[in-house]
Amino acid sequence: MVPFAGWEMPVQYEGVIPEHRAVREGAGAFDVSHMGEIEVEGPRARELLQSLLSNDLDRLDAGSAQYTLLTNDAGGIVDDLIAYEFDPFRYLLIVNASNRAEDFAWLKEREVPGSDVRDVSDEYGLIAVQGPRALERLELPAAPAFTFAEGAVAGVACMVNRTGYTGEEGAELMVMAEDAGELWDAVLDRGVTPCGLGARDSLRIEVCYPLHGNDIGPDTDAISAGLGWVCALDKDFTGVEELRRIREAGPERRLAAFVMEERAVPRQGMPILEGGDVTSGTHSPMLDRGIGLGYVPAALAQPGTELTIDVRGRSRRARVVQKPIYQREE
Amino acid sequence: MAEESYPEDLKYHPEHDWARIEGDTATLGITWYGQDALGELVHYEPPDVGATLSKDGAYGEVESVKAVSDLIAPLSGEVLEANEKVVDAPETVNEDPYGEGWLVRIRIADPSEADALMDAQSYTSHLASL
Repeated sequence: MVPFAGWEMPVQYEGVIPEHRAVREGAGAFDVSHMGEIEVEGPRARELLQSLLSNDLDRLDAGSAQYTLLTNDAGGIVDDLIAYEFDPFRYLLIVNASNRAEDFAWLKEREVPGSDVRDVSDEYGLIAVQGPRALERLELPAAPAFTFAEGAVAGVACMVNRTGYTGEEGAELMVMAEDAGELWDAVLDRGVTPCGLGARDSLRIEVCYPLHGNDIGPDTDAISAGLGWVCALDKDFTGVEELRRIREAGPERRLAAFVMEERAVPRQGMPILEGGDVTSGTHSPMLDRGIGLGYVPAALAQPGTELTIDVRGRSRRARVVQKPIYQREE
Repeated sequence: MAEESYPEDLKYHPEHDWARIEGDTATLGITWYGQDALGELVHYEPPDVGATLSKDGAYGEVESVKAVSDLIAPLSGEVLEANEKVVDAPETVNEDPYGEGWLVRIRIADPSEADALMDAQSYTSHLASL
């Protein structure tokens, strides 16, 4: 167990590699109740969020969700989150645990009459069930990604969100906190493998999902991070001018994905000798190689470019690849 | 994954390294406890053949998905051979930490250093105190 954002979190149950494989080949469950939930309600809720979040809420309908960014004046990323629309007067934001307090304060300060921002994190538990067999194990029908609906698993009422952080099919079940233990046990009873933070990290790096605090943060912008697709530059939101400027001029550096060409495991903070650092790195259980993400000069972000990673004083060759690093062979 | 065991014929270092002494050479590796604490190994960075190990100093690294750990030399000596099988398949250490999963073979520089190492019984007591 390790402390994480005020929670005690398991790094692993059985082991990172078997847990990782369970999610790629069967079904794995993650207790992500540490994540923050913020509700924004009122006749001007939509207007408030439209001015603070990078993605366009016009693309959402009731019962759908989108990946989006809370941005600062410099176009930096205060947090990345998923916004769920119940109706145009009520939204739920599921945010990173480590940014929960800051996100809430950020939104609360900018609240306008007719919008009410509430931190409801303590009311809910969240259980992510991911993998090609996840829906079958949960006895849930298939549904489009980034939709959600009221539902139940094993008789426990929950909101079934078709979202995740692994690149696999599955659902994130939002449940009343007092029912979370019962739901967790029910999910495991269905033969789903319990997974810890270790597998959560190696899974998300394989599919190049950024982690706030590692790959993105207040000093990195969405364009350089490859998240331009969640920035509606044709609407007004905090930092949009700066993001338009970066898009226009082209970013100086880009977040590249790479695979080691030699045996070595890249780790966060290791220098990339051609310029930049590793922001996330691990051993990929699916590729059986070291993989990572890191900012490099834009000219070196092209797939095929050779990079050199300083692995504790030893130079190890890596190659830039197309994102995602891992994709199931169909 | 191997069953927990600490063979009687080995000498142990408190940093979870073992030595099998045979005349003036020794084979080194990490103990069951050491591999279990790290989890499935994904990388072994061996020393060069001919390199000099000094007792209690780091001579290489082993790495799992979650952590990297220095290998601590239980004895001083010169590297005769590194286990290439473990370089290619690091999980061999998890499967057979005292057999196929050995890490390095050395020529012992000072046989008296072995007196400072623990036997299986003392090492097991050491583990109980952790």
